Amino acid sequence: MARMKFICDSERCIECNGCVTACKAEHDVPWGVNRRRVVTLNDGVPGEKSISVACMHCSDAPCMSVCPVDCFYRTDEGVVLHDKDVCIGCGYCSYACPFGAPQFPTNGTFGLRGKMDKCTFCAGGPEANGSQAEYEKYGRNRLSEGKLPACAEMCSTKALLGGDGDVVADIFRNRVLVRGKGSEVWGWGTAYGKPANGASTQTKTEPNKS
Amino acid sequence: MTRALMISMAVLGTLALGACGEKPQSAGTAPKNDTKAWDGSATVFAAEGYKAGDKAAWEQQLRQRAQSQNDYMRAPAKPQ
Repeated sequence: MARMKFICDSERCIECNGCVTACKAEHDVPWGVNRRRVVTLNDGVPGEKSISVACMHCSDAPCMSVCPVDCFYRTDEGVVLHDKDVCIGCGYCSYACPFGAPQFPTNGTFGLRGKMDKCTFCAGGPEANGSQAEYEKYGRNRLSEGKLPACAEMCSTKALLGGDGDVVADIFRNRVLVRGKGSEVWGWGTAYGKPANGASTQTKTEPNKS
Repeated sequence: MTRALMISMAVLGTLALGACGEKPQSAGTAPKNDTKAWDGSATVFAAEGYKAGDKAAWEQQLRQRAQSQNDYMRAPAKPQ
């Protein structure tokens, strides 16, 4: 199987925040922690674009490189996960991450900062699959249930695609060919190294752009 | 003068060599071993059509499920 990847189609995202809500509800994510959020560029200006952002499970994850206690690991499917029992909540990963994925629960402005929390691609953590301990620390493990991330499956316009990199890239490429525009995939090059399978990070390569 | 120089050289040498005896300062931590995703889940919410522990079936299940995100499978694109 190829690596698990996310693609957000900015031509389709309507900023409904359904993905954010699905994630919060599925994993009982506490107040102040947003594993996924929707970012809008040129908000209010005609032609504004929105994208849903979370951990992209990078091929060469900077968070893994900078972690002083090596709490990160990568699964066989390319999902970047971490062990909260090892994390010391130092916050280095949040400075290293280009997507702002690592989140830290706090109790007030000057309160304590907890251990890092981030999108798990709905793959839980190192505890036994589907166990209560895993749920309490990382949320549901949908991948072990044969399901895909809740955010992508719940997306009403199917702007957010998640799953096997080859499959989601094929779906996206077909879409671009049919509509003839919107081939740029924000974050793809940063997370996965270089554009692949027809997905480009440059607007000028859009096919048949009118 | 030479005696003072020799003493100071010996002290400096001892201090410099002292660093060689430093213990490694790595945290020595590592995450716990994770169970494989295809090993199945302890919950009752597992998707039908895939058997826990069967990697090929699990991969097929995910590929098939990913196609539910392809809306051209449900409604073909309008001919150009």
